[in-house]
Amino acid sequence: MAQTNTVADDLDVARARAYQRRRRLVLILRFALAVFIVGSWEMTTRVGCHGPDSATCVVDPFFFGQPSGIWSQLVSWVQKGTAQGPLWEQIAVTLEETVLGFAIGVILGIIFGVALGRNRLLSDVLGPYINVLNAMPRIVLGSIFAIALGLDIQSKVALAVVLVFFVVFFNAFQGVREVDRDLLANARILGASQSQLSRHVILPSALSWILASLHTSFGFALVGAIVGEYLGARKGIGLMIATAQGTFNANGVFAAMFILAVLAIIAEALIMRLENFLIKWRPNAINNPATM
Amino acid sequence: MREADAKGPAIELRGVTKRFVSPSGKSFTALRDLDLTVAAGEFCAVVGPTGCGKSTTLALISGLEPPSVGTIRVFGEPVRSVGRSVGYVFQRDAVFPWKSVLDNVAMGPRLRGADTEKANIQAREWIARVGLAGFELYYPHQLSGGMRKRVALAQTLINQPRILLMDEPFSALDVQTRALMENELLELWASTGASVVFVTHDLEEAIGLADRVVVITAGPGTVKGTYRVDLPRPRNIAEVRFQPRFIEIYEEIWKDLRDEVLVSYERSKHLVAS
Ligand SMILES: Nc1ncnc2c1ncn2[C@@H]1O[C@H](COP(=O)(O)OP(=O)(O)OP(=O)(O)O)[C@@H](O)[C@H]1O
Ligand SMILES: [Mg+2]
Repeated sequence: MAQTNTVADDLDVARARAYQRRRRLVLILRFALAVFIVGSWEMTTRVGCHGPDSATCVVDPFFFGQPSGIWSQLVSWVQKGTAQGPLWEQIAVTLEETVLGFAIGVILGIIFGVALGRNRLLSDVLGPYINVLNAMPRIVLGSIFAIALGLDIQSKVALAVVLVFFVVFFNAFQGVREVDRDLLANARILGASQSQLSRHVILPSALSWILASLHTSFGFALVGAIVGEYLGARKGIGLMIATAQGTFNANGVFAAMFILAVLAIIAEALIMRLENFLIKWRPNAINNPATM
Repeated sequence: MREADAKGPAIELRGVTKRFVSPSGKSFTALRDLDLTVAAGEFCAVVGPTGCGKSTTLALISGLEPPSVGTIRVFGEPVRSVGRSVGYVFQRDAVFPWKSVLDNVAMGPRLRGADTEKANIQAREWIARVGLAGFELYYPHQLSGGMRKRVALAQTLINQPRILLMDEPFSALDVQTRALMENELLELWASTGASVVFVTHDLEEAIGLADRVVVITAGPGTVKGTYRVDLPRPRNIAEVRFQPRFIEIYEEIWKDLRDEVLVSYERSKHLVAS
C-alpha cells in the first residue's frame, strides 16, 4: 500500500516537473518571438540606408516607424508631455470616455436585451428595426455626434455607447432566449413570480452570455472613444494619433497604439476577474493557465 | 382515507386531450380522452410505455400546460395556472446550476416570502433528510446525478405540497439508495397526507409504493386500466416484493402493460425502418 503511494507521489512529482519545464519553454519561446519581430523591424529600418534619405532603407522608417523611435517618442511623452498637455491627462480623458461609454452601453444593452428576450410582442415589433440599426456602419454616427454634441467628452461617450450597446444587447437577448425551459418551469412550481423568475433564473442564466460579450465590447468602447476623438477633440489619445498623423510622425501613431494596447490588456484582465467572480458556479470557471 | 373521500377527489382529469402543435402547423396528439381521479391522500402510480404521455399528464395537472380539450380540477378548482399546493419533481433534473445546494433547497420558502435565515434552517433540515448533510455549499456540477436528484427532491418537499407530482424521481439512483429513498418517501407521505402521482417505468416500484397503479396506453395515451394495490401498510420496499400478493398483482398488471409496451416498440421499429 505504502509502496503504491510513493509510486503515485513520484509520478506526481515527475508530472509537476514536466509541467514546469514546459512552462519555461513556452515563456522562452514567447520572449524569443518578441525579440525576433522587434529586432528585425529595427534592423530592416537601419540597413541599406544611404545618407539622410530614409526611403533607401530596406523598410522606410518614415512610413513604418522604428521600435527605437517609438520608444523615444514614449519617453518624450512621459517626460515632456504631448502637444495638448501631459500624457497622463490624455490617457485619463480617453479612459473616462471609454469606461463611461462601456458602462452605459452595457447597462442599456442588458435592459433592452432582457426586456425584448422576455416579451415576444416587443421583440416582434422592434426586431427588424434593431437588425437594420445593427447592419448600418454605426461608426459613421461619430460625425453626427461630433456635430451635435461638440468637441467635449459627450460625443465620444455617445459613440462608444452605440458601439457597445448592440454587442451586449444581442448577447443578453440570446441569453434570455436560451434559458432552460425546465428551470423556468421548476421555478414557477416553487412559487416564483414574474420578477422573481427574472432575478433567480433568467438573469443568472443569461449572465454567462452577457459576460462573454464584455470582452469584445470593451474593445468597441475603446474604438468609439478613439474614433470620436479623432473626429474632433481637445484632448485624448485619439487626438494624439490625429496630431501624429498630421505631422507625418509614424512613431507617434505606433506609440499611441502601444498605450491603447496596454489599456486594453489591463481591462481584459479585470473583466476576466469579474467573470470568474460572478460565475464561480460554473465548471472550469477558474482560468486554465494556458490562456493569456 | 375515508375522511378524504368526503372531501371529494384531490385531482380530477375529465376527458382530457392534449395536442402539441409544431411550428409548421402539424398537430400531434399526446393524450386522448384521459380520465383520471386521485383521491386526497392517495398514492397513485402511473406506468406506461415510453412516449405515451406520462410527463405530459403531470405538466397538465401542475398547470404548466393547458389541456386542449377537457377539464382538470385540483381540490375541486379548475386549474388555470401553476398553483401553490403543487410540488413537482421533474424527469430531467432541474436544479439551478448557479445556486449552491443550500440555496437550491431554500429557494421554495424564499420565493414564497420566508426570510433567509428561517429558510436556511429549514433547508439544512431537508438536506440532511435526503442524506446530503455536508454538501450544503456545493454547486450542482460538483455533485453526482443521483445527488442532484436528491437536491431536487428536497427542493420540492420543503414546500410541503398537498399535491406531489413525481416523474421517475429515483431512476438515477442505485438500488440501495433507491430503496432507502422510497421508504423515506412513504414515511413522509404517511405523515403529510399529500396526494401523490408517481410516474415510473418500473412496475415493481409502482406496486411497492402505490395504493393504485394506472396503466396508460401507447401514445396517444389514455387509461388502459387501473389496479388497486391492497398490500398492507406500512410497507418495507425491500421486503414487500416477496409477498405472494405482490406477485399476483404484478402478473395481472404486467399482462396489460406488456401489450402496450409491445405496441410502442413495434411502432418505433417501423419508424426506424421507414
Ligand atoms: N412540448 C412538446 N411539443 C411537442 N411534442 C411534445 C411536447 N412534449 C411532449 N411531446 C410529445 O408528446 C408525447 C408524450 O411525451 P411525454 O414526455 O409525456 O412522454 P412520457 O410518457 O413521459 O415518456 P417517457 O417515459 O419517455 O418519459 C411524445 O411523443 C412527445 O414527443
Ligand atoms: Mg416522461
